[in-house]
Amino acid sequence: MGDIDREIMVIAEIDEEGTPTRLTLELLGLGRGLAPPEGGVSALVLGSGVEKACSELASRGAERVFFLDRPELTPYNPEVWTPLLEAFLRERSPALVLAGHTPLGQDLLPRLAFSLEAGLVTDCVGVRAREGGLLFTKPVYGGNALAGMRITTPLALATVRARVGEALPASGPGGELLPLDLDPPAEAGMAVRERHRLEASECPLEEARVVVSGGRGMGGEEGFKILRELARLLGGAVGASRPPVDAGWAPTTCQVGITGKVVAPDLYIAVAISGSSQHLSGMGDSGKIVAINRDPEAYIFQVSDYGVVGDWREVLPAFLSKVKELAAE
Amino acid sequence: MKRGMHIVVLAKVVPDPEGPPSSFEVDPAGRRVVARGIPPVINPFDENALEAAIRIKERARGTITLLSLGRNLSRAVILKAVASGADASVLVEDDSLDQALLDSRATAALLAAALRSLEPFDLLLCGRQASDSNAGVVGLGVARILGLPAVTFAQRVEVENGKVVVERVLSEGYEVVECSLPALVTVSGEVGDLRYPSLQAIRAAKELPQRVMKPQELGIDLPSPWVETVSLEPPRRERRCRLVEADSPAEAGEKLALLLREEKVL
Ligand SMILES: Cc1cc2nc3c(=O)[nH]c(=O)nc-3n(C[C@H](O)[C@H](O)[C@H](O)COP(=O)(O)OP(=O)(O)OC[C@H]3O[C@@H](n4cnc5c(N)ncnc54)[C@H](O)[C@@H]3O)c2cc1C
Repeated sequence: MGDIDREIMVIAEIDEEGTPTRLTLELLGLGRGLAPPEGGVSALVLGSGVEKACSELASRGAERVFFLDRPELTPYNPEVWTPLLEAFLRERSPALVLAGHTPLGQDLLPRLAFSLEAGLVTDCVGVRAREGGLLFTKPVYGGNALAGMRITTPLALATVRARVGEALPASGPGGELLPLDLDPPAEAGMAVRERHRLEASECPLEEARVVVSGGRGMGGEEGFKILRELARLLGGAVGASRPPVDAGWAPTTCQVGITGKVVAPDLYIAVAISGSSQHLSGMGDSGKIVAINRDPEAYIFQVSDYGVVGDWREVLPAFLSKVKELAAE
Repeated sequence: MKRGMHIVVLAKVVPDPEGPPSSFEVDPAGRRVVARGIPPVINPFDENALEAAIRIKERARGTITLLSLGRNLSRAVILKAVASGADASVLVEDDSLDQALLDSRATAALLAAALRSLEPFDLLLCGRQASDSNAGVVGLGVARILGLPAVTFAQRVEVENGKVVVERVLSEGYEVVECSLPALVTVSGEVGDLRYPSLQAIRAAKELPQRVMKPQELGIDLPSPWVETVSLEPPRRERRCRLVEADSPAEAGEKLALLLREEKVL
């Protein structure tokens, strides 16, 4: 047990179906592991139509669920959210606030850090209790080093990656639901005009058990067709390193890495990817890693479990048909 | 805006993040990373921010000031960035400003103070995060200190009717946000690469105004850090790779499938 003597607060994110995201549930699990056994972890929900999400959070580890249900709170607008959270956190005074390292968490927590004069560590791959407080670990220098950090202010803030904590199973009657009595600011300097969803991949990348990713060596859009076919066959999703995304061969939503998505599937297949630190930082925790690359010296082989040295144009079709054959057996 | 826009771009000098892993030497005792054999560059996302600024200037007229902070800032790196389309540069420079050790609070406070001493600006742009600290905190901190509205993760930035209109990257797409000026916008890689300056432009840039300031001139005390680095380690990620041996790439593909089945990976 560390020095956590006050509450841990998890800022919840709710998806379009009105359910808490998996990362939110993982943060509750993580908070439970750090806090005193009873009563240590609360969730904070801002949004509209959040009732269902609140009861799920209550049964998945949140001792208390504070919520504010107002139409003005969706879609997320930091100019509306920040003053509300600031007021609430100042009064409630938790020891630690956790949010996902998502577009929302990355946008919101730095604002709170400066208005609440609180230390913040972003992109945490670990939060552990140790003598004298909490130790936050995060990749720096594009994943070429791992830093351990300590926060010196009474309130600590952190954004945490997927798969750092483990979601708890639903249990019992669960925690208390506590509505907040706060009014969103009447005016904001910024407004959300419209939202666009890019054509979603067959399966959300972060949730996939198998990810088939292509790199610069795919040579073009054409190359991603066979990756998509393989992903479909394996019930997984397609990912990419940054060059194919920059070149427009794959949508932005496919990028895996330090500035893309963080994935940790059971199986990651890296095709024509050299293994830069920025890429590894997003997939290094995968269960098994398979690399296909024509350069025997490619760094990706040093961080893989299985590998084939060869041109993907020849290796993949044969691999694909053998997998089909095996699946049919 | 009669005088045209004044855009300030915050640019951090970092070791080239595309350098090979072996060039990032981790010194656990000194709690710092020593970059060996790779040149300093402008943080790539700050370069994206500069590119966004240049595009706005092309349409709306105005001036761009590049603002950087640190110790021993490479003049060649700053010059090249300025030459790509900025009009002036301001450097807050001192031996005490070690980019590898300064925390976001102190950095944001110093930058905000420096910004107060410049010509008033309409738009402040910076990268979504620095490639060394990987934090993404300073830009929003500066906005908070100066009381500016802020928009993060721009893949497109435009100024229309005295407002900034930003396409913001989200996990599953993007949204369009508009914001009153002055404002801060953090820029993402999707904006596109910084244009390359001509040799002629680089030569001409040597004549552009450059101001160098000491932190002492900013009239603030360096705030104490909120976050401390207590350890630094190289990442542990090596695995033992079983390479598939075969007479042809196609055979290797088949053998890979069989091996993965045998190992219960598939
Ligand atoms: C600030 C910053 C953030 C970044 N964020 C990310 C990020 O989030 N994610 C990310 O992935 N990158 C990121 N990058 C980019 C990263 O540094 C690398 O440039 C990138 O990951 C390289 O992608 P790659 O491996 O596909 O390409 P390369 O390094 O060019 O490798 C291509 C590989 O394909 C192989 N190849 C070529 N043709 C064939 C063939 N026919 N068959 C088999 N193999 C073949 C080659 O041998 C080579 O190994 C970032 C960079 C910066 C500066």
